[in-house]
This record gives sequence, structure tokens and C-alpha cells, in this order.
Amino acid sequence: MTGRRLLALLRRDLALLLLGGRRGGAMLPLLFFVAVAMLFPFAVGPDAPLLARTGGGVIWVAALLAAILPLDRLVEPDLELGMFDQWALRGLAEEWVIAIRVVAHWLSFGPPLMLAALPASALLGIAAETLRTVELGLLVGTPGLAAIGVMVAALTAGLRGGAALAGLLVVPLAVPLLVFGAGSLAPGGETGLALTAAVSLVLLAIAPFAGGAAVRAARG
Amino acid sequence: MESCRLSATELACRRGDRVLFRGLTLALGGGEACQIAGANGIGKSSLMRLLAGLGEPFAGTIARDGEVGLIDERPALDPHLPLGRALAFWERFDGRAAEAVGRLGLAALAEVPVRFLSTGQKKRAALARLIAQAAPIWLLDEPLNGLDTDAVALVETIVAEHCAAGGLAVVASHQAIALPGAQRIALRDYAA
Repeated sequence: MTGRRLLALLRRDLALLLLGGRRGGAMLPLLFFVAVAMLFPFAVGPDAPLLARTGGGVIWVAALLAAILPLDRLVEPDLELGMFDQWALRGLAEEWVIAIRVVAHWLSFGPPLMLAALPASALLGIAAETLRTVELGLLVGTPGLAAIGVMVAALTAGLRGGAALAGLLVVPLAVPLLVFGAGSLAPGGETGLALTAAVSLVLLAIAPFAGGAAVRAARG
Repeated sequence: MESCRLSATELACRRGDRVLFRGLTLALGGGEACQIAGANGIGKSSLMRLLAGLGEPFAGTIARDGEVGLIDERPALDPHLPLGRALAFWERFDGRAAEAVGRLGLAALAEVPVRFLSTGQKKRAALARLIAQAAPIWLLDEPLNGLDTDAVALVETIVAEHCAAGGLAVVASHQAIALPGAQRIALRDYAA
């Protein structure tokens, strides 16, 4: 029974968050990501070696910013609609709902971001070898970003100015991912990938419980 | 329908630093209904949320036996989706088709986005969702809001059928609703 319910949830979440979905517009974070990557060379000037050296870090920062964009639509609308109440009455734990939402949120921006990193790396003049590390880093790092995003969205749901607060809260939480993810791009920094993955796993393990508790608290 | 039971003992409810009511006791078994009456702001909705288990009582205990179905002012349907697809989510979730759609006069509205529906139409849609949930305990918070006279009669019939089938229903409403054999609790009597 739980399986059927979770499938129904995932289907709804994906319809809402994926390309063309009502709350997603997964296209927007994507365009934003490419726009940041495009602006950076304008800001620092056409110094090819400098761009190639810093480009990987720029992609990571752009990924973080893109992951912040949809935060205010991740949890709050369902609280307002009374969806969480209806799920609770049916005996479905908030933890399950949040876990499914992390999956859907990641699918809506993780893989598209990895695709968009290809044109972005061309704009920044990143070498193919570095690009491989960037892509691997995004693969293991973006699930962690998704977990942070949903967790913070649940914490700030229902608060006045929640959207701005959410952005502010995500940044420090994302520091370990950014340090290890971007750090893996330095020469001999491949272990950074493993550490990024470890941080992601920890965040994924925490997110459903922290998010579920936050939703219950927000219900009051 | 599975057997069900709902009871509250010496219930008190606080909202902010104000106690809305205290000392409320009620007990309902399968086939029984109860109307909670009272003016706006007296705590009907808060009581319904307590009975549903969505809030903690300030004092007292609640015992529930059976799944709860709740209708409140939010229909819990995606506003941008056509009604048919918004209900389809709950059909998939509950694993049961919303067969009452035709009876509730919603069949022609399947293609209309939920946000364009009137208050009464949204109420009917929530009723269709509730019936398909097949929960034995019904908590209906102002189910008659926005309904025309025909629909009010229909709601009365649907609640009576639910009780006849062994379910129980608590209806909070400031409007008159005919529930044969129902207890009636005036929340004013318990105001703190």
C-alpha cells in the first residue's frame, strides 16, 4: 500500500517540478545556470588560462545558485493546500513525503544541470579532463544540494520572508559540498569526489527526518 | 465497513494564549453522527483538527479507532490542474476510483482547472475525494459552505448513508444540517 502511495506521490511531484511543470519551470534554473557561466568571462575578462583554472569553481557556484531558485515552491504550497494534512490522516509519514520530494527535486535540476555543464564548460574553456571531474562531482554533489534544498524549504515554509531566508540558510549548509566538490578540481584533488559523495549521503540520510519534523512543526 | 470509534474526554483547546473551550467530552461509535454548532471563532475548526489528530489538545485525551477522512476549507486539490486530473492523484493514492463524481454533479467539470471552480464546486470535489477515501470516521468542517439547497440535501443524504453503512460522522457547521438521530454539541456551553 505504501508503495502505491509513494509512486502516486512521485508521479505528482515530477509532474509539478520537471520541465513544463507548474512549480518547476526546471528550465529557469537551467537558463540561470548557463547565464551565470556566460557572464563570468565578461566579468573577469578574456584571460583564457584564468578562466580555465577558475571555471570549475564557477560551475559549482552556479549550480548552487540554480538549486536555490525553486526553494519556495518545494514545500510551502502543499502546506497551504492542506495536502500534508490529508497525507497525515492517511497514515503516510511526512518523512516519506520529504524523501520523495528530494528525489523529485534532484531529478528536476541535477541531470539537467549536468547537461548544461557541457555548454557552460565550453564557454569557460574548461579542458575535457577537468570537465569529466566536474561532471562526476555534480553527479555525486547535486543530490546533497537537493537534500539541503528540500530540508531548508520545509524549515522555512510558512515563515514571512521564507524565500529569502531559505537562500540565506542554504549557502552555509552547502559549504562542505562546495569545498570538496570544487576542491576535487585541483591537481591531485580526486579524493574530493569521495568526500563530496560522503557529504551528500549524510545529507540525504538526514533530510527526510529534519524535513518531516519541520513540516509537523509548521502545521502547528 | 470496519468498526470505528471516536471519543474525547475533558478536552480543552488553546489557541495562542487563549483557551477556546474546556471540559468537552464526546463519544461516538459506528453509525452515529454529531453536529458541532457554534458561532465563528468559537473553536469548531480547532476542535476538528484535534479530533483528526492534527494538533495536540491543551488538556484531555482523544481516542480514535479507524482512519479519519477530513474536509476543511482547503480542498487539497492542485489548483492549476483540471479537476479530473487533480482527483486522479487521490484516486491513485487511495487506490480507489472517485465514483461519486457523477452523483455530485462534477462529471461536466472534469476539464475545468480547480482554481476556476466555485466554492461550492470545490466543496463537492472534496466530498468526492472523501467518499473515495473510504475512511470510517468522517470529520466535516463547514461542509455546507457555498453549497446550494440541492447540494445541501445531497450532503445530508451522503452523511446519512455513511452512518447507515456503519461509519461515524462529526459535522461542524454554523448552518442547520439535518442529521437524523445526531447528537448536537453547542460549543458555547464549553467556552472557557
